[in-house]
Amino acid sequence: MTLKLNQSEFEIIRDKEKCISCQVCVRQCSNDVHEYDETEGVILSDSSKCVGCHRCETLCPTGSIKIKKRESEFKSNANWTPEHLKNIYKQAETGGVILTGMGCDKPYPVYWDHILFNASQVTNPSIDPLREPMEIKTFIGRKPDILEIKPVKEAGSDIIKYKNNLEPQLEINIPVLFSAMSYGSISLNAVKSLARAASEFGTFYNTGEGGLHKDLMIYADNTIVQVASGRFGVDKNYLNNGAAVEIKIGQGAKPGIGGHLPGEKVNYDVSTTRMIPEGSDAISPAPHHDIYSIEDLSQLIYALKEATEYKKPVGVKVSAVHNIAPIASGIVRAGADFISIDGFRGGTGAAPQVIRDNVGIPIELALSSVDLRLREEGIRHKVSLIVAGSIRSSSDVIKAIALGADAVYIGTAALVALGCHLCQKCYTGKCNWGIATQDPYLTKRLNPEIGTRRLLNLLNAWSHEIKEMLGGAGINAIESLRGNREHLRGVGLNERELSILGIKHAGEAW
Amino acid sequence: MMEIDNNLINININTIDVLKKPEINISGEKCIINAENIDYKSLNYSIRSILNEIKYSQVYESDTLRKIKTIELNNVSGQRYIGDGIQSKIIISIKGTPGNDLGAFMDGPEIEVFGNVQDGTGNTMNSGKIIVHGSAGDILGYSMRGGEIYIKEDAGYRSGIHMKSYLEKFPVIVIGGKAGNFLGEYMAGGIIIVLGIYNLVNPVKNFYLFDDNEAAGNYIGTGMHGGKIFIRGQISNHKLGKEIIKSEINEEDKELIQKYLNNYYKYFGINDKEKVNLKDFIKLSPFSKRPYGKLYAY
Repeated sequence: MTLKLNQSEFEIIRDKEKCISCQVCVRQCSNDVHEYDETEGVILSDSSKCVGCHRCETLCPTGSIKIKKRESEFKSNANWTPEHLKNIYKQAETGGVILTGMGCDKPYPVYWDHILFNASQVTNPSIDPLREPMEIKTFIGRKPDILEIKPVKEAGSDIIKYKNNLEPQLEINIPVLFSAMSYGSISLNAVKSLARAASEFGTFYNTGEGGLHKDLMIYADNTIVQVASGRFGVDKNYLNNGAAVEIKIGQGAKPGIGGHLPGEKVNYDVSTTRMIPEGSDAISPAPHHDIYSIEDLSQLIYALKEATEYKKPVGVKVSAVHNIAPIASGIVRAGADFISIDGFRGGTGAAPQVIRDNVGIPIELALSSVDLRLREEGIRHKVSLIVAGSIRSSSDVIKAIALGADAVYIGTAALVALGCHLCQKCYTGKCNWGIATQDPYLTKRLNPEIGTRRLLNLLNAWSHEIKEMLGGAGINAIESLRGNREHLRGVGLNERELSILGIKHAGEAW
Repeated sequence: MMEIDNNLINININTIDVLKKPEINISGEKCIINAENIDYKSLNYSIRSILNEIKYSQVYESDTLRKIKTIELNNVSGQRYIGDGIQSKIIISIKGTPGNDLGAFMDGPEIEVFGNVQDGTGNTMNSGKIIVHGSAGDILGYSMRGGEIYIKEDAGYRSGIHMKSYLEKFPVIVIGGKAGNFLGEYMAGGIIIVLGIYNLVNPVKNFYLFDDNEAAGNYIGTGMHGGKIFIRGQISNHKLGKEIIKSEINEEDKELIQKYLNNYYKYFGINDKEKVNLKDFIKLSPFSKRPYGKLYAY
């Protein structure tokens, strides 16, 4: 017998006086933590199986359960933290790579929390968004070098038209899109919620690399379809059923590595969407084997533009890595209409922990350096920047736009709106909230109608907050804020950080 | 003679690109395009426009366009993306050397090339046929899900990489000559048949020449987790990826190989003397559908 050295991470405290043995917790837990003992008529709980998702605590009708972090588990040691010890125990037992889910949870600096936004006082009046028009609509796509217009007679009256044809653009009513999460990594009900919310609000969701389920084709006008190295589910109809195409090179949580959806998760429905046989591994190679250079990337961009007859924007998603600024410059020159940059705190359904927690750079620094580099080279207008990698609130959105983004992608925030409690066990496929699972018993817990409404509420709330912050700074259009770093000030940052962010320290006037 | 409306040609295209109209002739069932000095955007746009016209002409009995079965491209020299994303049953006949990504995302057409093809031929192809009277460059049939590719002579590196099959979709690559390194890498479905019947006498193709006389290079089937590779002659064990096993072919395999060999003979006019013996083939297939199943700690 293998010696199991791992100790449980959580402690389940059940108030025996409040517990009525109704067994809700037993039925709700997919990790088999709770068990009803018929002879004694009591519920027993095995803390060692608890992942800390708080499903039982939330649903207990009498409030008798409390999930607590287990204290005094190891002798305290600032160097050998419990996580290191537990991982070594687990690896000594299994010989495997430690998997994890969601984004990096390590205490690296969060630059958003060291940046403050501006407001008007006296010299420039602020605007009240409740009474005055406030534009937070923007467009994703390549903008022309010069805009030439000509008067045209139409229906008897003179109107102004563009002289040249504009490149295809995506119109978004809020600078927030739902980031790539595939059907397979999350449940169909979760994808449906995202798709429906995107189409009702006027923004976009992204299929991820898992193909397009037939139930989602009605949302084609609000779909960004992804083309990744495995090309799962990619055919002409798939490309036709998206408003834009995104080539996935990398993901913030696991830059540089491929992925595989284990065969046991490839059920009938997932197999038809990915167009692979049931039960076989879906292996995404680390690189696209037709892309070994910027020139090769350009080749795929134009292969996709030819296939979609130049009617759809084609973008490229990359992880924020050390060399991101020149990489982004290359991507623009390769012909991309938008670049999605995913910071190292970006989420995932499954990634090796060692990669998630140690590879990549923060999105704030990556965004700023890309924006500044593209401006220096005079090519910023040729591309839209969508940034991702832990956008947690409307203030993160505002700060990202002032640092040079056109829009942001939200993944984790959207899942939290759907009920995610960040237990980071997405890779087990046992999500008690019906999000990161394909088990029909669990997925029916997420009602797409309710999911849609919750996401719409989130977007509505954020757009009010964005408008309030813009108005406070005396700005009436989100596009006037883009790259407007004078509206940002750093606190507690050193010279080097401020210079990379391109902002002044708090207290420094214009 | 058919004229493509110039106004039609200028829509939907990049502001800096000015499209050129190629010379187009129609004779009976053929529409002949002279691709000389025509850039790929203009060429592919013309092909799409003609296909659209053909589609709409179906309703008119008298229209000469509805009779068109073949689009013939003459003087092709390196234009990329020919046949890219086309959903149609048209035959595209190419004289010359088409550029990269020939037939990418293609769904239906039959492309016959009288010349060599470059990299990325049949990239993510869904259905249709590509017949090449010459050799192919790298990543032939990358991620193809369906359809058939016949290469008369050699193919470069990573042929059939990440090929996959699904339901009625069953991709097939037949390579008459030899194949470069990483044949069938990450392969997940379909079949690759390598005949090794050309002896690489042309010095231009020397970079595919191996020290041994075998029909494929190193690292065959690395990461392979589905499908089958049939190679004529022997393959040294050290050249095989660690995920695959070598075995003899059975009756079922023989039938499968014979079916596609017959097509190969037919397309390239191979005479009886040059035909290969079925018993010379070996089969390479993966150990498991889940090569990385034990990689992770749960």
